[in-house]
Amino acid sequence: MAKTLYEKVWQAHIVDQIGDDSLIYIDRHLIHEVTSPQAFAGLEEKGRKVRRPDRTFATMDHSISTRSLALDACGPQNALQLKTLADNCEKNGIQLYPVGHQKQGIVHVMGPELGLVQPGMTIVCGDSHTATHGAFGALAFGIGTSQVEHVLATQTLKQSRAKSMLINVNGELPVGITAKDIILAIIGEIGHAGATGHVIEYAGDAIRSLSMEERMTICNMSIEAGAKAGMIAPDDTTFSYLEGREFAPKGDDWDDAVAYWKTLYSDSDATFDTVVELDAQDIAPQVTWGTNPGQVIGVNAPVPGPQDFSDPIEIESAKKALAYMGLKAGERLSDVPVSHVFIGSCTNSRIEDLRAAAVIAAKGKVASNVTAMVVPGSAAVKRQAEAEGLDEIFISAGFEWRLPGCSMCLGMNDDILTAGDRCASTSNRNFEGRQGRGARTHLVSPAMAAAAAIKGHFADVREL
Amino acid sequence: MSENKQGFTVHSGTACPLDQANVDTDQIIPKQFLTSVSRAGFGKHLFHDWRYLDLEEKEPNPEFVLNKPEYQGASVLLTRENFGCGSSREHAPWALADFGFMTVIATSFADIFYGNCINNQLLPVALPSSDMDKLFAAVKQDPSTTIVVDLPNQQVRAGEQVFTFDIAEHHKTNLIKGLDAIGQTLELTPQIEAFEAKQPAWA
Repeated sequence: MAKTLYEKVWQAHIVDQIGDDSLIYIDRHLIHEVTSPQAFAGLEEKGRKVRRPDRTFATMDHSISTRSLALDACGPQNALQLKTLADNCEKNGIQLYPVGHQKQGIVHVMGPELGLVQPGMTIVCGDSHTATHGAFGALAFGIGTSQVEHVLATQTLKQSRAKSMLINVNGELPVGITAKDIILAIIGEIGHAGATGHVIEYAGDAIRSLSMEERMTICNMSIEAGAKAGMIAPDDTTFSYLEGREFAPKGDDWDDAVAYWKTLYSDSDATFDTVVELDAQDIAPQVTWGTNPGQVIGVNAPVPGPQDFSDPIEIESAKKALAYMGLKAGERLSDVPVSHVFIGSCTNSRIEDLRAAAVIAAKGKVASNVTAMVVPGSAAVKRQAEAEGLDEIFISAGFEWRLPGCSMCLGMNDDILTAGDRCASTSNRNFEGRQGRGARTHLVSPAMAAAAAIKGHFADVREL
Repeated sequence: MSENKQGFTVHSGTACPLDQANVDTDQIIPKQFLTSVSRAGFGKHLFHDWRYLDLEEKEPNPEFVLNKPEYQGASVLLTRENFGCGSSREHAPWALADFGFMTVIATSFADIFYGNCINNQLLPVALPSSDMDKLFAAVKQDPSTTIVVDLPNQQVRAGEQVFTFDIAEHHKTNLIKGLDAIGQTLELTPQIEAFEAKQPAWA
């Protein structure tokens, strides 16, 4: 029977059937300091052990400083959380990449870099952006802390099968349009909850032509459309990215693995619950105007108003969003000054993102009204960028060059904005208060963020 | 099978109407409270940005529905589409439960949040928006309206009005019996071992 990519990976991991649900085996469990301490405490209370420490990998990313390697640089509470992770990893024999380690990074950046993420795997993490790893044809999704505890104890999860959604992005991607613009355009099209209950498979020529870094940007934001996970079938781009990485199979194992990975695609006659078609040619550089990622427009389009929507919920949301964002219907984003620019996060902090931003940064200086920062996604990205001289381009243009971490995407450290600040951000969420209480976040690509930094307002990167 | 927390059967209480769609988990519990390493004490920070005018939580915002005198003591939260979207933080249901909510009734829920509620004995009830309209109307008209959430019969009752809701059978069973999900799975250890034995060396 014809199967989708999701069905193939799902069926390969069924340990047992429990009523309508399946007990699914988890190949990799990635953990970090914020969503794991209560899970370890739960295990300890019940006298349970970590079943497979060898399948569990930890990093420090959310509550760390991007200015200092000291664990207490952001206060005693953050330090306690980081030390708790270190203690839990030590006690349970789990590999940890702590602050200062050459392999440390944002969990969704360092995992793929080390080859921990492979096609056909099931991967979970107590973080909603775990969908990132679907870029490799893995089934990867975010879980809560109770489920983290469940996976630590059993290496499995009880799950219901999700619905399937195919999103085809057809045609060739126009010059100046990035993976971030594609995924924002998709979320704009299907809506902030448009894929709830679904696993998305991204396909089509425009997706196929993307690098692994770009595919990760796409899959990363699947959750912003409400999806359980996002996947892209593995191909030669995937295999050549993986070959030689630390945890990738080697020798004969590599050949066996690739032979299996090549079977991981949706059969041509497989059916999906929902199919969405987009034409890459229609996508302009995207900027969010509201307080959820579905409230997004092309940079040259006027800011919409409540009258542009018919659904009463969307009308209400638009009113509230415009008030919070301090915008008026009909306004042009190129007339809107920004006070901050953040280039980083698990969505857009990989080497290609920094290269794209540096190309624009090299064209000018950060505007006098703007504070701009670049936060590499991992220690490896930082080293690579410095080897290429990108840090010097950013610094001489007036950007701050920081240490790797989640940083201002969610501001669990001291990288936070204050009320009224307006930020062009390469992160994934423009929720109220996400980057600081009362602060206004506009999601953009790295090139668009760099353009906003040097212009002092939003600008079409294609015209720079 | 190991018992965990107390089971959920029928809950009666007054409701607080949070008449808004797309309430994300950053709103339910903002990031600055996620540095805790325990599950307790999040209730006082619930909806922090909306609930307080100041960062120190000394000045309640009188406009916010949770602060209105007529909704004090509510144990049922009414809300709209896509409640709990965004971050997977389980701190969100911990905060709702710690504040005193026993159940959240909404038009729809984000997937991760829904699962997190089930794992914390906080019953998420999804009702069609026409039913939600009726519940909101009843509670706004008379804040003292008792809402009865009857899990065994899968009903929400408000005065004469009765609404039925769907819930997966295993979620229902686990909530009613207060079962320990990990304990249940550990009983399947032989199946897990058998699965592991079949995997190729590189997987």
